[in-house]
Formats: sequence, structure tokens, C-alpha cells
Amino acid sequence: MYDLVLVGGVEKMTSQTTPKVTEILAGAGDMMGEGRAGATFPALFAMIARRHMYQYGTTREQLAAVAVKNHANGAKNPQAHMRKVITMEQALNGKPIADPLTVYDCSLVSDGAAAVLICPLERASEFTSKPVVVKGIAQTSDHVALDEKDDITTFRAVKEAAQKAYKMAGVTAADIQFAELHDCFTIAEIVATEDLGFVEKGAGGPYVLEGKTCLRGERPINTSGGLKSKGHPVGATGVAQICDVALQIRGDAGERQVVHNKLGLAQNLGGSGATAVVTILGAA
Amino acid sequence: MKGTIYTETTVFAPPEQFAADAPYQLVIVALEDGKRLTARVLGDRVAIGDGVELAETRNHIAFFSKT
Repeated sequence: MYDLVLVGGVEKMTSQTTPKVTEILAGAGDMMGEGRAGATFPALFAMIARRHMYQYGTTREQLAAVAVKNHANGAKNPQAHMRKVITMEQALNGKPIADPLTVYDCSLVSDGAAAVLICPLERASEFTSKPVVVKGIAQTSDHVALDEKDDITTFRAVKEAAQKAYKMAGVTAADIQFAELHDCFTIAEIVATEDLGFVEKGAGGPYVLEGKTCLRGERPINTSGGLKSKGHPVGATGVAQICDVALQIRGDAGERQVVHNKLGLAQNLGGSGATAVVTILGAA
Repeated sequence: MKGTIYTETTVFAPPEQFAADAPYQLVIVALEDGKRLTARVLGDRVAIGDGVELAETRNHIAFFSKT
């Protein structure tokens, strides 16, 4: 066993055209079924959105509210890819990608890298005066293809990873003060808020539209700008989420610093929910 | 093969190999035997809950039409 580990994530995507990137990313889905029929990641999440709208009355405005919020946060993040504020009107009238998702519902094709240094708490003072503690962490998996899942409006892997991480940390969903969630598409953030237990199933849409998850809301989500505005360099995203939660806990988030910053959560998703990682970080 | 539409989308930004088909409607059909299948649509647009049946299979892609 090693007690000093450097974890890095890196991705370069902008050297390829968007159609080529779309095709490469589709390889992380079920190529024999969904992929062969013409599914893309936007299409898979569009089908999740459509079903969520049907079952829970989720609206286009609620989806767009995720994009508007995350762009507002990203505009305050010097390390964000697209530091641009967008309006609700813009988000609602974006170029269609996979109905009901427009270009403003989709995360960015980005280049990026992130790293974290992990060590026993008693050695932390050798490296930093502001250590951040891993309180709980869990990774779980589920079916790859959407058509093999009983209910596509929920990410079972996220639910299970969250329960394990909460148990390890000795906390509940209600204790989490802020979070970085995997908003690869706007609907994914809404579903994650439900699966993490921040709100009841189906209540994720109103939760974001009412401003509860904005920077000065009751539980700020994606203060970095999220995958939507900070960017989504796929291989770096998970580590970058950890970095952003750590930044908040250390009180180093500048203009986008949250007030209640003692306990934060990062949620990463693979494919259309085939795998999930939930990490809970806290102040030392 | 018959079923109902479980969910659907219309793809405007396709992967390179399906560029000529776009925009196309992609669906998950809930089949009568309880299984689900990702498929395409032939003819009229469909919505969640619509009854559909298999019209044809091309290049291993199932195409369903409204009943």
C-alpha cells in the first residue's frame, strides 16, 4: 500500500470536429443496440428528458434553468471554458440537437486536466495548510443500454453510490451543503438532484427553476459552472469536480464562494448512467 | 412485432455515419413480451403511448410504424 497518491485526469477533444467527437463518445454507449440504431449521447439524454417530462411534468423552462444557472456560475470562474452569461430566452431558443434538447442543454467539447494529491490526514500538513477530508466515496454500476432499464428517469447507479457514500460519511442527503453534479445534459443535473435525495423523485425541475440551487440558494449546485460552462473534458471531469468541491471547502472560490462550505458532494456519471461515483468531502 | 412508444426523440445532430438520415426519430418501444427495443420510425411521427408495429428491418435497424 502507498500512502501518497497523485490522481490525474486529462482530455483533449477540440482537435476533432463535433460530428467526429459525437461518434467517438457514442462508443461509450451500447454500440450493438442503441448505437446501431442511430443513438448519440444527446439522443439518449433527450429520451430520458422526454420520459421525465411525461412522468413528472418537467418543462423546457426547468431544463433551461439549469443551463442559465450554470453559465451564470461559470462566468465567475476564471478557469471555465465558456465564461458567458446566457438568458432564459436564449436557452429556450437554441439550435435543436435532439428534441427536446437544444445546444444550450448540452455540455461543452473541451480540453482540460485536473489532479489531486491524496495522503493520510496526519501527513497533510507536509503539503498544505488547508487539507480537505474524504468523508465518503463509492462507485457503482448499472446496465449500459437505456432499453434494459426498468425506469430511465432515474440513475440507479447514482442512487446506490450516494447511499453507500452517505453511510461511509455518516451523513444524510440533507447534510450536504453544496455539490458539483454531472450536468453532461441539463436533464442529468435534474435527475441527479432527485437520485441523490436532495428532493423527492420528480421534483428536480421545480427545485432548479425556483432558484434553490443557484449560487445564493439553499443548496448551490455546480458553482464551477459545471460541465455546461466550465466544460467537459471527459477524462478530466471527475477529478475536476473534486478540485472544485475542495476549492469551496478551502474558501478559495473567490466571487463564487458559497457561505455554507463545510460539507460538499461530487457526483460523476459514466455513459447514460452505466456507472457512477459519489464523493463526499468535508473540512478537516 | 407490436408495442407502444416508451420514449422518443428527434435527432438533428447525428453521428457521421447517419448524417444522410437526419433529422430522424429515435424511439424505445415497449414490446408486448415485456422487453424494450431501441428503434427508428417509418412514416408519421410518434409520441409516448402510441401503438406501433414493426414495419421493416434495414442494416440491423428495426423501423416501427404507428398502428
